[in-house]
Amino acid sequence: MTKLIIILLSAVFINNYVLSRFLGICPFLGVSKKLNAATGMSLAVIFVMMLATAATWPIQMYLLNPNNLGYLQTIVFILVIAALVQLVEIVLKRYIPSLHKSLGVYLPLITTNCAVLGVTILNIDEGYTFVEAMVNSLGSGLGFFLAMVMFSGVRSKLEGADIPKAFQGLPITLVAASITSLSFMGFGGVIENLFA
Amino acid sequence: MNEILTAVIPVVIIGVICGAMLVIASKLMAVKEDERLPKIRECLPGANCGACGFAGCDGYAKALCENEGTATNLCVPGGDNVSRQLSELLGVEFADVVEKVAVIHCAGDCEHTKDKVDYIGMNSCAAAKLVFGGKGSCAYGCLGLGDCAKACPEGAICLKNGIAHIDTRRCIGCGVCTRTCPNHLISLVDDVERVVVTCSNKDKGAVTRKVCSNGCIGCKKCEKVCPNGAIKVIDNLAVIDYSKCSDCESFGICAENCTTGCIMHSDLTGALKLADSNG
Repeated sequence: MTKLIIILLSAVFINNYVLSRFLGICPFLGVSKKLNAATGMSLAVIFVMMLATAATWPIQMYLLNPNNLGYLQTIVFILVIAALVQLVEIVLKRYIPSLHKSLGVYLPLITTNCAVLGVTILNIDEGYTFVEAMVNSLGSGLGFFLAMVMFSGVRSKLEGADIPKAFQGLPITLVAASITSLSFMGFGGVIENLFA
Repeated sequence: MNEILTAVIPVVIIGVICGAMLVIASKLMAVKEDERLPKIRECLPGANCGACGFAGCDGYAKALCENEGTATNLCVPGGDNVSRQLSELLGVEFADVVEKVAVIHCAGDCEHTKDKVDYIGMNSCAAAKLVFGGKGSCAYGCLGLGDCAKACPEGAICLKNGIAHIDTRRCIGCGVCTRTCPNHLISLVDDVERVVVTCSNKDKGAVTRKVCSNGCIGCKKCEKVCPNGAIKVIDNLAVIDYSKCSDCESFGICAENCTTGCIMHSDLTGALKLADSNG
């Protein structure tokens, strides 16, 4: 149990996918302008990360590894995740139109997102069991959510700020992103000692 | 060769399975869309301005499809052309669209009114309004920071001499600016109207005169000279009832007789003034 909590917390804070591993930067900069969009995108990412892990972990363990096809990992995972997200979109559109309306725009964006692929591959590399892998992907999704919501707050403050002309737009956003990322470096080494 | 095949075959098989799964799913769970919807959507200009009262062009197209009674002449930017296409598609009678333009009811530019304070803050009318009602000495007037210009989808509004000006040739009549102005200075009038009251100050005449030389002082002269009785002074401010305003010597009796010059031809407030200042 303790191990699961450590995995969850370290995925959220220490190995935060956006701010520490620098994966999924595209939606982090692209969709973080408004809090609503940031929340919608992050919820979709949490959902897809868990779904992708649930699908790819068995494929790796029961299909690729026994046949010595481990090197096909990347291409097979991309294929499976893309198909899965499309399937989810079709199902949502048919049965839960309201959810499709709020998440639908973001689902195609996620199909080839490196954060999602990163979670599934790192789950295998770390040698997690299925439950651990699911907890890790939940934590990674929550970490993404945290980063997005925090950064959309930072950006809404930036809107009203008096910024020198040369820094307006993308430059100041990148500067703000790097400072936000720096602040997460402070979590390093905290979680391990929490339960020691 | 064998090694390549062992790699290619599993990937192909997984790909085929995924593809088949998606095909079956999309057939089984297809959501029926009205086939007229994309056609209707194509007719609309796509500015998503909201002048029709629906949430953008998609919302209007959906309403046209689903509710039989939705009027086809609600798209002001599209004009008669769009209305005709829509009524043909839906098989209803064509209805004329009244083109509208936005006019600004304030002419208090730098030469006519003064600032009461220096405003250093967010470059937004809505923010400036929160600080003692704006920097200008007239609390009703244009704040001059261009929230309307930022909102205009056609770039028809520009800031000149401290107040906003609307280029009536570029204005599509969507009305986004009317909802943006924190002082509610902008209104839509039918494109045929000729005179506009360019003041919104409701203070008594003496107070108005102190803050702006262009303001309406409520002297009621226009009320008296208007042959159609279309102008009424309400709350010390002249208001034109456009349903009564009609041809009186090229729509100009009130404008000619206005004491402070705050009643103007609507083309003078917009396009021509811009042309003048551009030289």
